[in-house]
Amino acid sequence: MNPVEETLERAPGTALETEHRPTSPYTGLLFPSRDAKMPEVASSEAFVRDLNLDQIVEGIVAKREQPDYLRSILLAQVQDADVIRYRQEVFSDLEAPGLRRAALRFADALRTVRSHITQAAKMPHALQRHGWLLDAGAIYCDAVSEFGRTLDASTLLARALQGLRGYVERYRSSAPFVELERETQACKEAFGAITYAMRITPGRIDVVRSQGEPDYSAEVEETFERFSQGVAKDYRVKFRGWPGIDRIGGEVLTMVAKLFPDEFAQLESWCVRHRSFFDRTIRQSERELDFYLALLDYIEPLKAAGLSFCTPEVSQSKAIHVDDTFDLALAAKLVSAKAGPVVTNDFMLCGPERIFVVSGPNQGGKTTFARTFGQLHHLASIGAPVPGTAAALAIFDRIFTHFEREEDLVRLSGKLEDDLLRIHDILSMASTQSIVILNEIFTSTALSDARYLGTKIMERIIALDLLCVFVTFVDEMASMGASVVSMMSMVVPSNPAERTFKVVRAPADGLAHALALAEKHGVTYDQIKERLAP
Amino acid sequence: MKVHLLFADTDFEFADADGFEAKLDPTQRSLVQDLELDRIFGVMSRGNAYIDTIVRQVIPRGLTSPAAIRYRQAVLRDFITNPDLAVDLYGVCVRSVEERKGNWGIWGRSSTNPTSILGGSVRELEMYVRLLKDLRSIALAYTDKVRSEGLIGFIASLEENLSDEYFETIEEHLGQLRFKEGVLISADLAPDLSGRDFVLRRPNETKTTWRQRLGIRPKDGYSFTIPPRDEAAAQALENLRARGVNLVANAVAQSSDHVQSYFSLLQAELAFYIGCLNLRAGLTERGVDLCFPTPTATAPVELHATGLRDASLVLHTDGPVFGNDLRAHRKTLVIVTGANSGGKSTFLRSIGLAQVLMHCGCFVSAESFDSSVCQGVFSHFIREEDSTMTRGRLDDELARMSQVIGVMGPGALLLCNESFASTNEAEGSEIGRQVVRALLDSGVRVIYVTHQFDFAESFYRSSTRSDVLFLVAERDAKGVRNFKIAEHEPEATSYGADLYVKVFADA
Repeated sequence: MNPVEETLERAPGTALETEHRPTSPYTGLLFPSRDAKMPEVASSEAFVRDLNLDQIVEGIVAKREQPDYLRSILLAQVQDADVIRYRQEVFSDLEAPGLRRAALRFADALRTVRSHITQAAKMPHALQRHGWLLDAGAIYCDAVSEFGRTLDASTLLARALQGLRGYVERYRSSAPFVELERETQACKEAFGAITYAMRITPGRIDVVRSQGEPDYSAEVEETFERFSQGVAKDYRVKFRGWPGIDRIGGEVLTMVAKLFPDEFAQLESWCVRHRSFFDRTIRQSERELDFYLALLDYIEPLKAAGLSFCTPEVSQSKAIHVDDTFDLALAAKLVSAKAGPVVTNDFMLCGPERIFVVSGPNQGGKTTFARTFGQLHHLASIGAPVPGTAAALAIFDRIFTHFEREEDLVRLSGKLEDDLLRIHDILSMASTQSIVILNEIFTSTALSDARYLGTKIMERIIALDLLCVFVTFVDEMASMGASVVSMMSMVVPSNPAERTFKVVRAPADGLAHALALAEKHGVTYDQIKERLAP
Repeated sequence: MKVHLLFADTDFEFADADGFEAKLDPTQRSLVQDLELDRIFGVMSRGNAYIDTIVRQVIPRGLTSPAAIRYRQAVLRDFITNPDLAVDLYGVCVRSVEERKGNWGIWGRSSTNPTSILGGSVRELEMYVRLLKDLRSIALAYTDKVRSEGLIGFIASLEENLSDEYFETIEEHLGQLRFKEGVLISADLAPDLSGRDFVLRRPNETKTTWRQRLGIRPKDGYSFTIPPRDEAAAQALENLRARGVNLVANAVAQSSDHVQSYFSLLQAELAFYIGCLNLRAGLTERGVDLCFPTPTATAPVELHATGLRDASLVLHTDGPVFGNDLRAHRKTLVIVTGANSGGKSTFLRSIGLAQVLMHCGCFVSAESFDSSVCQGVFSHFIREEDSTMTRGRLDDELARMSQVIGVMGPGALLLCNESFASTNEAEGSEIGRQVVRALLDSGVRVIYVTHQFDFAESFYRSSTRSDVLFLVAERDAKGVRNFKIAEHEPEATSYGADLYVKVFADA
């Protein structure tokens, strides 16, 4: 625990407690209670790959600072509805663009602070180390203060964010932070005012106080100004910037330090007093915040492409429904490749219904449907928004999947047995709170076998009262009782706007042909009038 | 410092030989092809690639106001009276290009070293100073001889901007920029305490020199001397110096560019007039009448010519070229019908060419030419081949018409030569009618040459239009074409029979 946190721990509330806002104890942004345990992470389980959750997760964590940490949250399914709602509240609050922008700026600034601190350690020149640290401190103070002000000014419904607001408020008015901010500001100002001049002659450099000598480039520009013909080519050579300074830079800095002894003494004392200014709770909150920001960053382009996301209602009930939903992994691919529209689906289970049996023509979206169903439940279980305009989803203990894979087909011998063993495992581990998704199993079996085995397995699933998606080519399975709902994949009708290239018998009409051609080029009377209209 | 020889209030924007073709609109390229402007350009440039590049950019982009046209006509008149002025000024511009090439070594100005950019730019400016002095002395000799607003203004601008004192100031800077006393550079501290915002300073001319300043207490400066043979430190010092002169090197290089762009602008604007002088010489040699046209306002529509000849044909035919007269007062549509090979196309070209030359401020080959200005001249001529090889001919014609309509607006003039003749008369006439009616109703003027009687006849019958003029390529009673175009109602045949008889009689 760092000094700042200790201060806060010792004196909770009292003088630091302010105004009318109720301050709840802050438990972090992911769990509503301190003793919540992070659920087990099941990254190696089959469902992650079968549902393409691996693609989604990798898409979310790519380019984040702590991918492993995020991956562990993204894969940890939560069964506690209160935890799920605790996170959903944060997502809802972050819908406000102002707050989200502020959170992004906050996270961004703190990342810069860390990279500055890392950079400082690498500096060979001691004075430069101090400079990097001071700059890190200044960015840190600004980031915390600005984010704190935004939180104060925001209407927060999320318990997590209310907690964070309270914490940041107390932290900002704590003595260590107030002092840090004041001294950092003073030091920055002193250094900002330093201007020096260098006289360079062959083999020698002099560093002196600047005397306000006139800018000679400006004089030259002014002399030739009368020839100016607008924008000029830029002849400035780009000097590659890199951290650290060379021999001469080091000598210059040493001389500048001698020219401005007071300022540099002030800097040194700042470094001694504020060497470890980064508050640990702030740091942890920032990590947790990145879970929300990363997810929102991931779905942002999809929203921009016209797709909807919503906060699902979660409960133990198996009456579920969702409108206008889609396969998130597929949609992310299509949108980033600008590869055409994303097809959305609705589905619902009510009363005794538990099982979707999906059949129909190939390439018709059956597997996508199965994946979508699984993805939705997984996303809901980590508290994330889900694809769709409205959704009610079930809380579950585990998801089991069994998808036929290409590599499986290589070794047909024993495959049927492996399939059955695997399904047996699944059904023996599954509870009534589990979700089971079976995709095109038994395809390499004789139809009579497939029908028999499928029926047997379906009877067990029905008996377990599982939520299930069963993709199959065996039509009979779609009519096995009140708990089964039959779904068919449809062939998408071809785009009517597209030309058909049909040849039909029609009376010869030359004029019509020519005018049709003229119309194609936009040169009929009406078209030209329209085109030349002022 | 302004040139303003082509426009009263703006500079000529031009591209180099590689760039301008791409900037031409496809419709401008068609106009060049249809009016056979290449022949005109050839005579104007006399094989000089630079002049060719310029006239190809000035001519297709005509002026649209009578005042702007008169401004250019006046400058051209001055140059016709004083041709040496144009030639001598142009010569200085040519020298500026040649001497600049000699100044830069193999690395040119792509150097990544501010010190060498600075040195090269200073040398270049010294060269420009000499040429600017030449320019001024040539121009001032003509102060009392020019009459045009453009040239009076140009000479006055040289006189005002290039005074002796100004040349002294420049030369003082050029000496200063060699930095014999070393450089003085100011800097701030970046957040990481490295130097930034390097600015080259002119040392204050005070009694205390920088060396004296070092001795003042409390100590006001420190120094570092590079140990002998410390190559790394010497290099680092040179880098720091380079950073210091970076901005001033940029300023000097940009200044030099500015002077250079002044010369190249002047060269470009003069190149057009040199081209006009060449064209005048070529046409005068053939003994045809030339006149400065009278541009009139867009409305009421005026088009009145006497002795109008196709200048392009004049330059490339040995025999005599007949002149035509035309009076189309308040006519927004002119339809020309008549015999094949009756001179319809030549007639259309002569109007188009005169209109285009008028719009760029040039003289025309006519005894007189009074015409309303239009918002661009466009052409739609029949083509022998499908221009793309991928479409049918009618498809291609329609596509080209669509292209033209896409770029023109009210006030434009469209020249049609046998448009939509690639299909049968019924279809061609119907499309033509729709196009022409729509253009007229949208404020576009049209001159339409066609052998399609159905098209011409339908406009003739709809007697409501008093703004249509019907012309016919004449022939005399013996069937001999005399290449005269006269006002006449549309005629149903194109005298193909005549042509047949003529051709087979000769065989």
